[in-house]
Amino acid sequence: MLREYIPVLMIFAMSLGAGAIMVIGSAIFSNYRPTTVKKEAYESGMPPVGDARERFAVKYYIVAMLFLLFDVEVVFLFTWGAVFRRLGLFGYVAIMIFIVLLIAGLLYEWRKGALEWD
Amino acid sequence: MDISQLVFYTFAGLAVASSVLMITRRNPVYSVMYLVLTLFSVAAIFVLLEAHFLAALQVVVYAGAILVLFLFVIMLLNLGHEFDPDIRGKFWWVVGFGLGLVLFAELFVLARSVPEAPESDLLARLLADQGAVGMVAEPLFENYVIAVEVTGVLLLVAMVGSVVIAKRKV
Repeated sequence: MLREYIPVLMIFAMSLGAGAIMVIGSAIFSNYRPTTVKKEAYESGMPPVGDARERFAVKYYIVAMLFLLFDVEVVFLFTWGAVFRRLGLFGYVAIMIFIVLLIAGLLYEWRKGALEWD
Repeated sequence: MDISQLVFYTFAGLAVASSVLMITRRNPVYSVMYLVLTLFSVAAIFVLLEAHFLAALQVVVYAGAILVLFLFVIMLLNLGHEFDPDIRGKFWWVVGFGLGLVLFAELFVLARSVPEAPESDLLARLLADQGAVGMVAEPLFENYVIAVEVTGVLLLVAMVGSVVIAKRKV
């Protein structure tokens, strides 16, 4: 049973190796000789003005939150899909109630404009 | 030492090491990265316990969605460049260490008092009959179907709550 996870381990090892080669290789083969002027941020030639960090827009948080909620719904749908034949009408009604609750949430978000990016 | 013991020690050691690293970082984004590594090792331990569906869920939902949410909240807080450590002063280090010892003692006592495991082929039989997802889905939709509906209500509440908070005109 564990034998079937060897491809996962291989992907993990290869991505780890690729990342390590990139970082260590660039550290070995680079000519890093910084001076104060070379390390300044580039702003079209003029001295940089202001802080580099802008205010984080809340729309990213909404996208992440909605993704999480619908991801959990998909997990339940996967679970239902594995046994729905055995459950018959009872299972169908159960999952339909679940889906209707989440569609109500989706409609609320849609009407409130949470799905608009700007 | 056969292969599953080796795998267990590797991933358990990785989980412990990355969780210790997680709680000692100053930058919270680094902590989240180490938390991802911890959760991935825990998923590997789930695989060793033959809970394949749970391992996949751990990676997809927990490490994939919940930690993304953690990261976004940390970035929203915009803590700036100066990160003070949470534990200030030698006294609190000692208190923390003592609490950790108490938890470790509880874990030790619990681990020694585990009841007899069921027949070792029960899990294998269920796995062969119903598959990894079926093992979770069958009790879920037959015995705990009310819990599924309550979870749907909970998700609805979370949707409404996040939209209300984010779209509030300040």
